[in-house]
Amino acid sequence: MDFLSTLISGLSLGSIYALIALGYTMVYGIAKMLNFAHGDIIMVAAFTVYVFATVLKLPAAATIPLAVLFCMLLGVTIERIAYKPLRKAPPLSVLITAIGVSYFLQNLALLIFGSNQKSFPKIINIPALKLGQLTIKGESIATLSVSIVIMLALTLFISRSKMGKAMRAVSEDKEAAELMGINVNQTISVTFAIGSALAVAAGVFYGATYNFIGPYTGSMPGIKAFVAAVFGGIGSIPGAMLGGILLGVIENLSKAYISTELSDAIVFAVLIIILYVKPTGLLGRKTNEKV
Amino acid sequence: MIRNNDVKMVPLPSNAIVPERDVDKPPVLSVHQLGIDFGGLTAVDNFNFIMGRTEIGGLIGPNGAGKTTVFNLLTNVYQPTRGTILLDGVNTSGKSVSQVSRMGIARTFQNIRLFDRMSVIDNVKIGLHNRYDSNLLSSVLHTPGYFRHEKQADEKAMELLSFFDMQDYAQHDAGSLPYGAQRRIEIVRALATEPKVLLLDEPAAGMNPSETEELAENIRRIRDTFGIAIVLIEHDMNLVMGVCEGIAVLNYGRIIAKGTPDEIKSNPDVIEAYLGKQEDR
Repeated sequence: MDFLSTLISGLSLGSIYALIALGYTMVYGIAKMLNFAHGDIIMVAAFTVYVFATVLKLPAAATIPLAVLFCMLLGVTIERIAYKPLRKAPPLSVLITAIGVSYFLQNLALLIFGSNQKSFPKIINIPALKLGQLTIKGESIATLSVSIVIMLALTLFISRSKMGKAMRAVSEDKEAAELMGINVNQTISVTFAIGSALAVAAGVFYGATYNFIGPYTGSMPGIKAFVAAVFGGIGSIPGAMLGGILLGVIENLSKAYISTELSDAIVFAVLIIILYVKPTGLLGRKTNEKV
Repeated sequence: MIRNNDVKMVPLPSNAIVPERDVDKPPVLSVHQLGIDFGGLTAVDNFNFIMGRTEIGGLIGPNGAGKTTVFNLLTNVYQPTRGTILLDGVNTSGKSVSQVSRMGIARTFQNIRLFDRMSVIDNVKIGLHNRYDSNLLSSVLHTPGYFRHEKQADEKAMELLSFFDMQDYAQHDAGSLPYGAQRRIEIVRALATEPKVLLLDEPAAGMNPSETEELAENIRRIRDTFGIAIVLIEHDMNLVMGVCEGIAVLNYGRIIAKGTPDEIKSNPDVIEAYLGKQEDR
């Protein structure tokens, strides 16, 4: 029973990582950049929920859509201001800028909310599910079920919709896509908006699971989700989902059966081994550059 | 054998020549004094070019002469340093690549650049989609109009594929198709954007003579069916001389000769550019 409940909470943690990893992998696939500020969007999302729910006392039904809207706008604005002018710059400049944006968001939160941790509002009120000896926390049920729905919807969106097809075309060959009349800037904006919306879901579930949020809340899950995206094969959407979920499960199992202190080290060691065996990640494709 | 054209080329006031049938209509492409420098290097200079509405034109020249650079200029992938491009009378200067595509210019690539991991029909629909309604909201939110457009796009894509008898490939991944089929799909994808000018970059590369012959017929069929202008970059002289009505020869980024296939074949400058000077031979 212990194993089963560890596994379920691992799956739940893993789906949070997966939601964040999707943002990394989609932006990487389409804009060919590593958006290291993505983790901090989760923190902003959590604080936005805190402001709406705790400070302004809005109901959860209003809080979450408002937070989604706010973070989508934030994601698109960051892209426009910080990354778009660097579209033709070397990748290293964009990477450094992303790290700069990450520090900017963290310090802005520090300035506004101070360094004390805030308690995250209880907006998920689902009772724990008892199945014999097994207890599944309400947060885990919400996280797992909502994440599954979001990931299915995203998969459908990418494979079927016009915008999804445009996104795939841009990720395969930006110039050819442009020559077919696809507005690449618009496609990149939509990608950032979707990534940020997913980060809000991740921020809410993360806050609900750990109960406290601070200006640095986003950085560790952000890094782990990045690891998950690389683990699954960066640029691959199913890869980010698989990578995130595996990472969460491995982390929780090593916490339960090996050592809490070593769990992060184990997670990263597994990444190193996987990349040693399969450098493109689990579902990553080797890109054959055509000349 | 690729059959020759029996078209009469007539001069315009600007000295350019267009097929007789196009002479009363404004040219679809009118390029004036176009040039581009990369750093200190002038890649293309003083490029003047007129295309009749339904003309099949050829752009030939030795390797490195700047032919593909001209295609990149015409599609705004490169911003010209000098000169103007009028596409159906509208200046393309300052327009984005996707805007120029929507204004009516499409191309294929020397090295095929299909979206390999997408199905053939989706490749074609990428071209179509951006033709019909580029409304962001309806494409994200899936309004009823969206589904109607989607159905229209499916039908139109199949119709275009049937032009090359490729309907059966619709659901295959583009990257899994044989080379010749990929070349045809690339042309279909370009046609899906409903261009006024279709640029073909070495369409006969890697083809055997009978495939090239079929290509020549297809190029004429595209022109006749869609009523568009086609510009070919090509090294296969049988194809160029057979199918092109007007030809421009590029060497070191400059046009060294323009004219009908017969004029080009006997032009001493062209012979020199391709084969070297008389005394060197």
